[in-house]
Amino acid sequence: MKRNRREFLQHGGVLLLLTGASSLAWEHVAAGEPEAAPGYDETAHWWAMAIDIERCIGCGNCVRACKAENDVPLEPFYFRTWVERYAVPAGDPEHPAAESPNGGFDGFPPAAPGEGIKRFYVPKLCNHCAHSPCVQVCPVGATFETRDGLVLVDKNYCLGCRYCVQACPYGCRFIDPRTRTVDKCTLCAHRLAKGLTTACCEACPTGARRLGDLKDRKDPIHRFLAQRPVHVLKPHLATGAKVYYAGLDGSVR
Amino acid sequence: MEELLRGVEGFMYPNEVELQWSILIVIYPFVTGLVAGAFILASLERVFNVEAVKPTYRLALLTALAFLLVAPLPLQLHLGHPERSFEMFLTPHTSSAMAMFGFVYLWYLLAVLVLEIWLDYRQDIVRWAEEARGIRGLLYRALTLGSRNVSAEALRLDDRAGRIITIVGIPSAFLLHGYVGFIFGSVKANPWWSTPLMPVVFLFSAMVSGIAVVLLLYVILSRIRRRPVDMACADTVARYLFYAFLVDFSLEMLDLVHRIYEADESFRSLDFMVHTRLYVPHIVVQILLGTLLPIGLLALTQVLRLEPGWRLRLYVSAACLTLVGIFAMRWNVVIGGQLFSKSFLGYTTYKLAFAGREGLLPALFTLVLPLGILALLLRLLPPWEEKAPAA
Repeated sequence: MKRNRREFLQHGGVLLLLTGASSLAWEHVAAGEPEAAPGYDETAHWWAMAIDIERCIGCGNCVRACKAENDVPLEPFYFRTWVERYAVPAGDPEHPAAESPNGGFDGFPPAAPGEGIKRFYVPKLCNHCAHSPCVQVCPVGATFETRDGLVLVDKNYCLGCRYCVQACPYGCRFIDPRTRTVDKCTLCAHRLAKGLTTACCEACPTGARRLGDLKDRKDPIHRFLAQRPVHVLKPHLATGAKVYYAGLDGSVR
Repeated sequence: MEELLRGVEGFMYPNEVELQWSILIVIYPFVTGLVAGAFILASLERVFNVEAVKPTYRLALLTALAFLLVAPLPLQLHLGHPERSFEMFLTPHTSSAMAMFGFVYLWYLLAVLVLEIWLDYRQDIVRWAEEARGIRGLLYRALTLGSRNVSAEALRLDDRAGRIITIVGIPSAFLLHGYVGFIFGSVKANPWWSTPLMPVVFLFSAMVSGIAVVLLLYVILSRIRRRPVDMACADTVARYLFYAFLVDFSLEMLDLVHRIYEADESFRSLDFMVHTRLYVPHIVVQILLGTLLPIGLLALTQVLRLEPGWRLRLYVSAACLTLVGIFAMRWNVVIGGQLFSKSFLGYTTYKLAFAGREGLLPALFTLVLPLGILALLLRLLPPWEEKAPAA
């Protein structure tokens, strides 16, 4: 078969155009749809968490469950949730001692004896702030607030600039060394969409941490908020934090 | 990594142990500051017609360009996904201070600096295009952008346009570096950064470092060219350095005094840090060696009647110390701001790697590279007429 130059260019041009178009189409296919969540209406929920300090025994179940459920690196520098143990000397609330060995993943060693020291555990996680400083600073909008009140990260879009890590007042974000993008608690969004509670709440043996839906009038979190003295972390920063603590000592930061 | 845990004193939130912003992010505001400062110095001559600093005018512009070209490099090296950085232009998040950097940068680079340099050199470029041969000639011919009109009227128009660009350029330079300060100053989570003074302090420290680097380069280049230093010029530039430094120091002291007097919840933690792991870089290098000593040296030249040789020696020493001091200031802001826990209950350590993407080696490279670019620019666009023999 003999081809002249005009034909060659025509065919070549068409081929080039088609490969371009098909690669674009393929990119769209490969990107996929957001994970299907049949029956889940984003606008019908506004998620929060209720934490009862007096119930937390520092077992670390939540930390282990979170790392297993969400494939969080096991090294001691990466936590979506962790537990701190506070020791506040009597009459000196301004000088508490805090510790969180391996984020509480292995539980806590027996505390050193001491007279009149107030001890308690504080589970921490992303506060899913309604006015998130981390969302505000992201240069490309890779971290965003969802309509059901979560703060999430698009890992395929994150530049890894770490500005959000600096902007979070609670130390809830880290860079996943495997993807070199930022990672944080999603409040187990994948489970919420299926009508389940979070991994940490499910694993908690004492019910110290409970997921709450502020848009659901029947949710027990309303009773918790109405009847218990509650507090959020660093309220002076006005981040709109949605993790509510009952029995939180003033020395906790 | 386990080594990091040993560097922790007191309590850090677990995710805080590892520092997020490395030496590269120290270099970024340092380099951008040199750009803004050098440009502001150049603008003084242009807008306020200060004849004395004319010998440094073109040098200052080229220095600004050389450093500006390198400014995004440390940021790129630092990103987890540099290949996605272009998204900042395509889908900028408008509430992010960082997202706007790209636009401020491009505006400054293309609309201000490159245009001003081109207009200022246009007459020379046309002449060189006619004289030079080979690749050099080709380059100059390309740089004329097809216009070889150097009539008196065209030159007058160039001058007018250049003047307007400079007038637009001064607020742009202020914006460029004030904005860098805002990136840090607007982080409410971090009390070491969060102050409305930050953009102003960054701006004045930028002017200080930019003036110092141009003064230093001018003296060094004069030596290399075996030409005498124009003392009227050096005196004037040094006087600007002195004044800018006084304002900068006052602002930093205002910030310090305010922190000490207010003594809010973060104060005890930050105070402890400044007296321990930040003592050498902050108190010794930044304040004593890098600020008070150069201010003292410059004050001497203002008060005493020194011979030109001695004045020049003091200027050079002061300029070197200034650059060290301003670098230390950037270090103390960026690294210092990450050494303490946001729980105010503990401190971590910064381990500077040698090689590696964010180590000392690439850091030094990003500091030396602008000098290489400057050397190239100086050959391509000589700022001085070399025909006059040395006196």
